[in-house]
Amino acid sequence: MYDIMIIGGGVSGAACARELSRYKVKICVIEKEEDVCCGTSKANSAIVHGGFDAATGSLKAKLNVRGNEKMGQLAEELDFPFRRTGSLVICLNQDELPKLQELYERGIDNGVRDLCILNREETLKMEPNLTDQVYAALYAPTAGIVCPFGLNIALAENAYTNGVEFKFDTEVKEVRKLNEGYELHTTQGIFQTRYVVNAAGIYADRLHNMVSKKKIKITPRRGEYCLLDKEAGDYVSRTIFSLPGKLGKGILVTPTVHGNLLIGPTAMDVEDREGTNTTAEGLKQVIEKAGMSVKELPARQVITSFAGLRAHEEHDDFIIGEVEDAKGFIDCAGIESPGIASCPAIGEMVAELLRDKMKLEEKEDFIPTRKGILNPNTLGKEERNVLIRHNPAYGNMICRCEMITEGEIVDAISRPLGAKSLDGVKRRTRAGMGRCQSGFCMPRTMEILARELNQSMPTITKSGGQSQVLAGRNKNEKL
Amino acid sequence: MKSYDVVVVGGGPAGLAAAISLRKNGIDDILILERDQELGGILNQCIHNGFGLHTFQEELTGPEYAWRFIRQVEELGIVYKLNTMVLSISPEKVIRAMNREEGLFDIQAKAVILAMGCRERSRGALNIPGYRPAGIFSAGTAQRLVNIEGYLPGREVVILGSGDIGLIMARRMTLEGAKVKVVAELMPYSGGLKRNIVQCLDDYDIPLKLSHTVLEIKGKERLEGVTLGKVDPQGKLIPGTEEFYSCDTLLLSVGLIPENEISRGMGVEMNEVTSGPKVNESLETNIEGVFACGNVLHVHDLVDFVSQEAEMAGKNAAAYVKAHGRRDDKGQVIALTPGEGLRYTVPETLRVTHMDDKLKIRFRVRDVYKNCYVSTYFDRERVMHKKHQILAPGEMEEVTLTRDLLLLYPKLKTIAIRIEED
Repeated sequence: MYDIMIIGGGVSGAACARELSRYKVKICVIEKEEDVCCGTSKANSAIVHGGFDAATGSLKAKLNVRGNEKMGQLAEELDFPFRRTGSLVICLNQDELPKLQELYERGIDNGVRDLCILNREETLKMEPNLTDQVYAALYAPTAGIVCPFGLNIALAENAYTNGVEFKFDTEVKEVRKLNEGYELHTTQGIFQTRYVVNAAGIYADRLHNMVSKKKIKITPRRGEYCLLDKEAGDYVSRTIFSLPGKLGKGILVTPTVHGNLLIGPTAMDVEDREGTNTTAEGLKQVIEKAGMSVKELPARQVITSFAGLRAHEEHDDFIIGEVEDAKGFIDCAGIESPGIASCPAIGEMVAELLRDKMKLEEKEDFIPTRKGILNPNTLGKEERNVLIRHNPAYGNMICRCEMITEGEIVDAISRPLGAKSLDGVKRRTRAGMGRCQSGFCMPRTMEILARELNQSMPTITKSGGQSQVLAGRNKNEKL
Repeated sequence: MKSYDVVVVGGGPAGLAAAISLRKNGIDDILILERDQELGGILNQCIHNGFGLHTFQEELTGPEYAWRFIRQVEELGIVYKLNTMVLSISPEKVIRAMNREEGLFDIQAKAVILAMGCRERSRGALNIPGYRPAGIFSAGTAQRLVNIEGYLPGREVVILGSGDIGLIMARRMTLEGAKVKVVAELMPYSGGLKRNIVQCLDDYDIPLKLSHTVLEIKGKERLEGVTLGKVDPQGKLIPGTEEFYSCDTLLLSVGLIPENEISRGMGVEMNEVTSGPKVNESLETNIEGVFACGNVLHVHDLVDFVSQEAEMAGKNAAAYVKAHGRRDDKGQVIALTPGEGLRYTVPETLRVTHMDDKLKIRFRVRDVYKNCYVSTYFDRERVMHKKHQILAPGEMEEVTLTRDLLLLYPKLKTIAIRIEED
């Protein structure tokens, strides 16, 4: 019997796990995919929003501002890429100015620091590649960009180091109330737990509705994106939003922490909870709309496109707290944007709630820090040569586009909660994420995975499940 | 810091031929840097035949063709380092490279020959909508898996793009027991060589659908199928032509891109059409003593022409080193421009004082042209006019200029090559 089972290994679940791992308590995260960061957390804008968008007084507003404040320290403790680059919401004519003013005032009410409205000249001075039509902009210097994989994986690894168990490829099919606690019926057996944290993203309503009469509804809202080559990475230096519309914050143009340019997302409500496919219309819309914020968008430099599903809750706010008619069942639902920015505060809120409820005691030996995968590019020549002498794998380049060595890939596989698939390696190291999109490095990365995991090549998958990369040996020879 | 007269970046067909030519032209102090574990480059995975008809008047396989050059490199005692990645080159020609044994190290070169080859355009660059399952490969990656690693990427295959690698892989996958259902090509003509259409598709009854593209990718974990559709001359889908093909594998053969990240990093000027460096008649870039040849300069169809080009780059780099690194841009510099019907020419400038008796100008046409003329204009005067039955974008063409002719035009500023109808 566990004390707490957290359903879902995305940023919310991982943040809850990490904050709860401060206490003397038996925790398990269960995740239906083969790795953490496989749902909404892996396909989003990766923005640490300032916090002026959400309605004042909402959980979204409160946790966004708090999460934004905490992100800097968290990035230092857990060693993931985060940069406070700032953001601009631009308006294109005088008529839109009141809307900008409204955002500014809401931001002040929400407690966002250092906001200001810039005129056309000031805006263009900051971002010379913006459209000539820009009239004014709301500048939020506290906004930033983060590596969403880095954040999610760092939280999970640190939770693991502090004693949290993780079960992968484990899908919850049914939740039963017991006299005390809950029984989770999963694809890997039945587990009992005193408390449940429901951080199931797109599926959080299904789980909630298994235990509660007060139903909630999550709508998958698809967002499509295009990622551009690093050559276009400095086209803007801050996140550029247009004025928000009905379905969200509109299509943004932003640098990424790794030096690419990201444009998107669209907003389309869909039925399929696994419907992460891009569409011709969606991709066209991304390029057209992004092209309205900047001049001469280098659309030829697109290296890949992807779609994510936001877990949109009908009342447009996060649902965090114990379910009224299901004692011990804690919802962490409706976590859409600004979920990435809020996750440090979401983890904190859920952990404090359970601490008080369960009267949890702090561990004396909690380890607050975690070291990320060493990036040799951050080392000087001499240091790097010491590293290569010590471990020659760091002298063997595998991914030419992103300059990722065998040493980094082996680290990604062998560390706690290590990578088991090509995508797992990619999210941890960026091998295969560059301009050739793994054309060169895929066979080599597969060989390293097979060697390190002691598996045969044809069992290596792109992303777990039935996503084997190879059909078998040539001529159908026996394996 | 170690120094060499000439460092050749890349040990594929271009780098090998350039190094041999350097030695034959009197340069002893040469280093080849190769990132893979053996010399030969992409030829090592091209186990089909058809290489070397021009150079050796024989049909060789890729590895056989490479071996003829590797053997010479060995016999001539040319130094090379394998498993060595060049990370950057400074404008002063300091090369920073890395391998397992030596770590990071710097080398000073008097001259550099860029011979890094090219990479394949990916699905992402085409922005094909749909899911992102396993089972989508660029044709060259699949070729490596089959021919070097011995693994079959899939059993039911659709190929997008009729570039030569895609055509070769249609045959290869068929021979390994896979079913290749169709090759779809966006353009109304094939991007590959005619002989490959015949030998790789027609001989195996694999249909080629021109003016077709992939509209959608189905399958969440492993590819389950693709939807093809026909497009009009503007590239827009013709409604009602959509057709679903179930398959577990999609191979992409949709173009090659010269790998010039290192060149750009050192300040080499690029031609936007070829994505390769701008070069003069000596295949020298805007940076003195930095030469380029092979697919890093512009994508070739035949390795024989890569070898020819690289031989010339080696010869010219040798002359540069022997002249103690002095480039002479005084005197007549003629601009070569792609006229009507041409996408580009290589080279882009010509110094008559530096050219050999003959100089081949290589180019590609924009479209398919039948019964037309390739005309060469010296300023406004048409000096050459040659009939061709067919010209296609998939086949590189050339015009040969002679020094004797050019010497008759001491005031010539521009040479334009254009396609003219009857």
